[in-house]
Amino acid sequence: MNKPVAPPAPAERRPTDWQTPAMQRRIRRRYAAERRFRLLGLAAVFLSAAFLLYLLATMIGQGASGFTETRIALPLDLRGRVVVNPARLNGAGADLALAGAGLENAVDAAANAAYPRQGGATLLSDGAWLRVRDAIKRDPALLRTPTTIDVPVASAIDMAYKDDGDAASEAAVAALRPHLSRELNRGFFAGSDATDPTRAGIWGALKGSLLTMIVTLGLAFPIGVLSALYLEEYAPRNRWTDLIEVSINNLAAVPSIIFGLLGLAVFLGTFHMPRSAAVVGGLTLALMTMPVIVIAGRNAITAVPPSIRDAARALGASPIQVVFHHVLPLALPGILTGTIIGMARALGETAPLLMIGMRAFIAAPPGKLTDPATVLPVQIFLWSDEVQKGFVEKTSAAIIVLLVVLLAMNGVAIYLRNRFETRW
Amino acid sequence: MSHGARDEGRRVGDRPFGGCMSRFVQALAAMLPLACAGGLAACVDQAAGGGTGSRDQITAVGSSTVYPFTTIVAEQYLANNPQARPPVVESTGTGAGFKLFCAGIGAAHPDIEDASRRMRRREYDACAQRGVAAIMEVQIGIDGIAFAEARDGPGMALTPADIYRALAAAPLGRRNAARLWRDVNPALPAIPIQVYGPPATSGTRDALAELIMAKGCEAIEPDTVALHDRDLNAFAARCQRIREDGAYIDAGENDNLIVQKLRGNPDALGIFGYGYLEENSDVVRGVALNGVTPTYATIAGGTYPGARPLFIYVKKAHVHAIPGLRAFLRQYAALWGADGPLVKRGLIAAPLAVQRRSSAIIANEVALDPRELP
Repeated sequence: MNKPVAPPAPAERRPTDWQTPAMQRRIRRRYAAERRFRLLGLAAVFLSAAFLLYLLATMIGQGASGFTETRIALPLDLRGRVVVNPARLNGAGADLALAGAGLENAVDAAANAAYPRQGGATLLSDGAWLRVRDAIKRDPALLRTPTTIDVPVASAIDMAYKDDGDAASEAAVAALRPHLSRELNRGFFAGSDATDPTRAGIWGALKGSLLTMIVTLGLAFPIGVLSALYLEEYAPRNRWTDLIEVSINNLAAVPSIIFGLLGLAVFLGTFHMPRSAAVVGGLTLALMTMPVIVIAGRNAITAVPPSIRDAARALGASPIQVVFHHVLPLALPGILTGTIIGMARALGETAPLLMIGMRAFIAAPPGKLTDPATVLPVQIFLWSDEVQKGFVEKTSAAIIVLLVVLLAMNGVAIYLRNRFETRW
Repeated sequence: MSHGARDEGRRVGDRPFGGCMSRFVQALAAMLPLACAGGLAACVDQAAGGGTGSRDQITAVGSSTVYPFTTIVAEQYLANNPQARPPVVESTGTGAGFKLFCAGIGAAHPDIEDASRRMRRREYDACAQRGVAAIMEVQIGIDGIAFAEARDGPGMALTPADIYRALAAAPLGRRNAARLWRDVNPALPAIPIQVYGPPATSGTRDALAELIMAKGCEAIEPDTVALHDRDLNAFAARCQRIREDGAYIDAGENDNLIVQKLRGNPDALGIFGYGYLEENSDVVRGVALNGVTPTYATIAGGTYPGARPLFIYVKKAHVHAIPGLRAFLRQYAALWGADGPLVKRGLIAAPLAVQRRSSAIIANEVALDPRELP
C-alpha cells in the first residue's frame, strides 16, 4: 500500500485537438454560458428601464394635465354692483376693500346671468373671484367698463374638459365648449395647499422643502466633513475610534422614523422649538443625513493616495495645510457625491416629519425658517389622501415637481464632481 | 445671499493656512449659498420667541374626519382676512390630538382640537392638571358612518346585533366562526361575510366600535351594560374587538379603494364616512341599519344608528391671546349651516337648536362643564 510509486512519466505534450466532439461540446457550452450571461444582464437593464419608463409615463400621463387649468370666458359688468373708493385700490387694503364690496357675489351673479342653464356660479372655481380681484387690482378700470375675463372653472368641469368627468359635467362641457379654454396653471406654481384642487399649488411645499434642505445642508455638511477629516487624519486608532466608527455606521442604517421621534423629544420636548416649523424639520433631517456624509467623506479621504500627503509634508507643509490644501480638495468630489445622495434621501423623507407636525394644512408659503411648513413628499401624501377626483392629477403633478428637483440636485452633484475631479 | 457666501469665502481665504484653499471654499460657497444667512435667521427667530413666546398663527390638531372641514374654514378665514397669517391645521387623529391639546397653555400648544367624538372625562382631567381647564366645546355638525354595498348588491338590511355577531372577534366569549351572513341571522342571505373597513387607527373605526359594536354587544349580552359603566377597557376587550381572520378586511385609510372593491365584488360591504357615500352614490348605496337607510335626513335627525357628533374644542385662555382666533370661530359658525360649504363637502348640519347653542358658546365664550363628560 505504501509502496512508493514512481511518478508517471510526463505524457508527451500534443497541441489540443479542438476538432474532437468533446472539445467542440465544451466550446459550445462556454459560448452558450457567455451568451446567457449577456442576455440576463441585458434583460436586467431592460427590466429596470421598463419600470422607470412605466413610472415616468404614468406620472407624466396623469400629472401633465395637473399643470394646466380650464378657464371659462365670463362676461363681467361690475358697474354699480361693486363700488369701491379707487383710492383704496392701491396698497395693502385693496383685498379687504374688494372682498367687503361683495366682489365674490358679483362674480357669482355674473356667472348665473351668463350661463344660467349650465349651472351658473357652480361652474366657477372657488378661486375664480380671486382671479377677478387680482385683475381689478392690476387695472381698476375693470370696475367701470364691461369686459370678458377668463376665470378658472370648478374641479368637476375641469375634469370633464380633460375627459375624465362625470356625466352631468360632461354634458355641461359639451354645451360650453366654445367658451372654455385650457391654459397653463400659473397658480399651481405660485400657490399653496387648498381644499379645492383648482386652487391648490405646490409653491408652499416646495419652499418648505427648500428651507428645510438649507438647514439640513448647513448643519450636516460642515459637521459631517469635519468629523470625517478628524477621524481619518487626526484620530488615533484605538478602541474608542473603533466604537465611534461602528456607531456612525449603525446610525446611517437607523430607520428614519426613529430620527423623527428623536426630533420630537429633543427639539420640541426639551428645547421647545415651534411645532411644524421648517427649522425643526431641517434639524431632524440633518441628524439623519450626517452619518451618510461622514461615511462618504471618510471613503473619499481614504482614497486620496498617501503619496500626496507625504509629498506635501516633505515640502514642509503643516498638517492642517496638508489637509486643507491637498487632501480635502482631492476628496471633495467624493464628499459632494455622498452629500447629494444624503440630501436626496432627506428631500424624499416623510416619516420623521410627520412626527414633528409637518403634516399640516397651511394655506400660505412659509416666510421664514420658524414658520409652519410642509415639504413636497408630505404634500404628495396629503393630496393622495384627498377625496376629490381633481387631486389625482395634482398628486402626479407634485410628484413630477419632486422628481425635477431631485434631478436638478443630481445635476448639481455631477457638475461639482466634474469640476473638482482630479486624476492622478 | 450668494454675495454673503462669497464674502465669507474671501475672509476665510485671507486667514493663515488659507492661501490656496480656494477650491474647497469655492465648493463650499457653491453648496451653501443660503445656509449661512438661513441659519442666522433661525437664530434670530428663536431669540425673538419662536418657541414659547407669542404666536400670531392659529393652530389646530386632531381628527382626520374633522380636518377637511377645519381646512375649509381656515381657507375662508384667510380669504376674508387677507392680512392674517394662515392657520395651521394638522391631522393627528382625535386621541393624539387631545394629548397635544392638553399639554398646556401657551404658544407652543395648539389652540383648537378637532374631535370626532366627545372629550372623555379622563382626558379633561389630564387637561385640567396642565392648566387647560377652561375649554369651549363646540359641536360643528354630525357625521355618519355608513355601511354600503354596490348598487347591484344583495340589498342587505342589518341590525347592530347582526354586525356584532358577524364582525366581533369573540361574540358570546367564543371565537367567531360565522362564515356566511346566514350564520349570523337566518333571515340574511347565504353570502360570505366580507366587510371592507377602516384600520384600527381611524376615528371611523372608533365610531364603528362605539356606535355599532357596543350597541350590538349590549343587545345580545345584557350583562355587558354594567361592564360598560364600570370598566371601559374590559368592555372594549370583550365587545369592541374586531375579528382578524379575514372576514373584516382592513382597507387602510383609502376610501377610494373600498369603493373600487365594492364595485368589483357586489357581495362585499364597505364602511366609511357618510360624506363618501354621498360622493359615490352612482356606484354604492347605503345599507339599512335597524331599518333606517343612511341619508342626510336620517343622520341629521338621529334615527340612523351610525351617527356621531363632531366637535372642536377651544382653549378659552387662547381666545384673547391669539389674534384672529375669535374671528376664526365666528367663521366656523358662519359655514356650518345646512346650505353652507361644509355641508357641500360632506358634513351633516346639526339640528338648528344645536347650531344656536354652539354659536352661543362661541359668542359668550362658555366653558365646558366637566361633569357632563362621559
